[in-house]
Amino acid sequence: MRLDWNWEFTLAILPELARALRITVAATLVGAALALAFGLALALLRRSPIRGLGAGTGWVVEFVRNTPLLIQIYFLFYVLPRFGLSMTPFVTGVLALGVHYSAYTSEVYRAGIDSVPRGQWEAAAALNLPRARTFFRVILPQALPPVVPALGNYVVAMFKDTPLLSTITVMELLFTAKNLGAETFRYLEPFTLVGLLFLVVSLAAAGGIRMLERRMPAYGA
Amino acid sequence: MSEGAAVPLVRIRHLHKRFGAIEVLRGIDLDVPEGQVVSIIGPSGSGKSTLLRVLMTLERPDEGSVDIAGDALYPAAQNGHGRAGEAQARRVRRHIGMVFQQFNLFPHMTALQNVMEAPVHVLGLSGHEARQQASAYLARVGLGDKLQAYPRELSGGQKQRVAIARALAMRPRLMLFDEITSALDPELVGGILDLLGDLTTERGMTMLIVTHEMSFARSSSDRVLFFDRGLIVEDAEPAVMFTAPRHDRTREFLRSVLNP
Amino acid sequence: MPAPLDLLPPLLSGLLVTVEVTAGSAAVALVMAFAGGLGRLSRIGLVRVLAGSYVEIFRGTSALVQLFWVFFVLPFFGISVEPITAGILVLGLNIGAYGSEVVRGAIQAVPVEQRDAAVALNLSPARALWGIVLPQALPVMLPPAGNLLIELLKSTALVSLITLGDLTFAAQALRADTLRTPEIFSLVLLLYFAVALVLSRGMRRLERRLSVWRDAEAAG
Repeated sequence: MRLDWNWEFTLAILPELARALRITVAATLVGAALALAFGLALALLRRSPIRGLGAGTGWVVEFVRNTPLLIQIYFLFYVLPRFGLSMTPFVTGVLALGVHYSAYTSEVYRAGIDSVPRGQWEAAAALNLPRARTFFRVILPQALPPVVPALGNYVVAMFKDTPLLSTITVMELLFTAKNLGAETFRYLEPFTLVGLLFLVVSLAAAGGIRMLERRMPAYGA
Repeated sequence: MSEGAAVPLVRIRHLHKRFGAIEVLRGIDLDVPEGQVVSIIGPSGSGKSTLLRVLMTLERPDEGSVDIAGDALYPAAQNGHGRAGEAQARRVRRHIGMVFQQFNLFPHMTALQNVMEAPVHVLGLSGHEARQQASAYLARVGLGDKLQAYPRELSGGQKQRVAIARALAMRPRLMLFDEITSALDPELVGGILDLLGDLTTERGMTMLIVTHEMSFARSSSDRVLFFDRGLIVEDAEPAVMFTAPRHDRTREFLRSVLNP
Repeated sequence: MPAPLDLLPPLLSGLLVTVEVTAGSAAVALVMAFAGGLGRLSRIGLVRVLAGSYVEIFRGTSALVQLFWVFFVLPFFGISVEPITAGILVLGLNIGAYGSEVVRGAIQAVPVEQRDAAVALNLSPARALWGIVLPQALPVMLPPAGNLLIELLKSTALVSLITLGDLTFAAQALRADTLRTPEIFSLVLLLYFAVALVLSRGMRRLERRLSVWRDAEAAG
């Protein structure tokens, strides 16, 4: 086994990896924003009293959750242009991440909403509050804080899935590492550094989420 | 109480146990001769259950010693820690059995399997022998027709009977009963107390019974200990304890319990 | 055969590889989940640290990065692995790390009173673990394990990127040939979905079988 780590090379590639890290983080943040928004919409749709809409949404969510993100990324990248929707790889990528993870976040939101005690709905009804107001001013504010840690974990998971965007030429960390390796035939340093970067960020994020968990208010009523 | 040279089955000296800042056992000294049936009464939180748990090695004492049949349960050398301490504990523990308030049956095993488990894996009995023995014990506690039942199919009283059979099957010299009727519906309590009463007369086993059932303590034990705030306040025969207790605290407790 | 079903035969050999990789990785993950989960609960400090490091490293880095590392970097150390071996090992280790937490959580969820009862009967720690705690932890592990199995299935698509001929790889090849992209990807998504449904159903059946003795509340 030859462990010849080249420190000069390491230092030389750091700036490029840093640039790629910014893309990775940007993709994560935009994807997370989309997933959090879509997910809430999906959760609301699931509760719709309109015939078939709830069940139909349920099937769509199950379908997205149970099929590989990679295929979904390919689908959006190769198929959307045929319908005239031509977007940059970055946009396509975050859209795929957003849609895929919205299937998970919608389940988290649903669990949070379901765990709000029935008494809250009943009290709102007794006060003659309209349904929408009840939902947004009474139920959601109680449903969201307990599920923030779970949502946070999915954001971290999404961060670890950004390398899949390298397959559609988004210039995030893995794409960059691969190119560096192909150019210089040194794969050890780029891939190991990328691995370490992911590890450090995920551990820090997981720690941050645990701290958040401890500071979340636990409502009692 | 017997005079004589025999080493007491249980010898406890200077036993202390703390949970965090609270000292639950504040210096227990106790000798229990073999074959004696001892009831332990007292208010909640007085340390009665903790004493049993220390004897069963479920809690480790902070200070003091416990000897069973002359053997130290917690060897002073490492205060019971480490491999040697573990081995010693296992050797001495075979003399002791315990029945819990919450039964603690193994839910994934039938009544028969619950009673067979330890004889097979600890005493090395063959499956056949263990099964025969277990059936006999379960019949003895009145559950001969429930051998194949799972705990979830049994009533509280039935579960406790299985628990008693399970402990007896290991033929311990010392049996510990930790409020075994407290978790039962009132109409089931009598049955268990009757069973317990039978055990006291027929087996010659040494028994420590933590209980709130005063009439049982009075009628079925050789000796009663009154525990209060981590200490044994009074130690007397049932006749004396219940009619002419010496300490005010004992009188107070008995009054509150017997005249609700 | 009518379109789009005429696309099926070339995809089926890829599907077979996908199923093989899933099965192989699942076996590795099963072993690693117990090794990691039990390891983290060990009384020996060194074992706990090793298990903990394994879990944090494989959970904290991306599966694709791990795959690429094994495929691109290891050869420079003289270790050359077949794509299928790399795929099965890496995915198994990856999901096994998540599985360790499931195993650990389930074991810790068994009421402590069960351990008390085992001590009172003088059962050895080994027997208490295997005969008393693990059988009660198993039904608790199954729902999350079912989810991990589906995650595993989905992650097998990544092996197409290290040149293994799975369903995704077959899809890309077919695309290059026929350019019928939307049909191919739709079909592929449906195939993955079908396999996922079969796996979920299987896990639910297993869960029911292992829960015969359970009831809604603790069985005392």
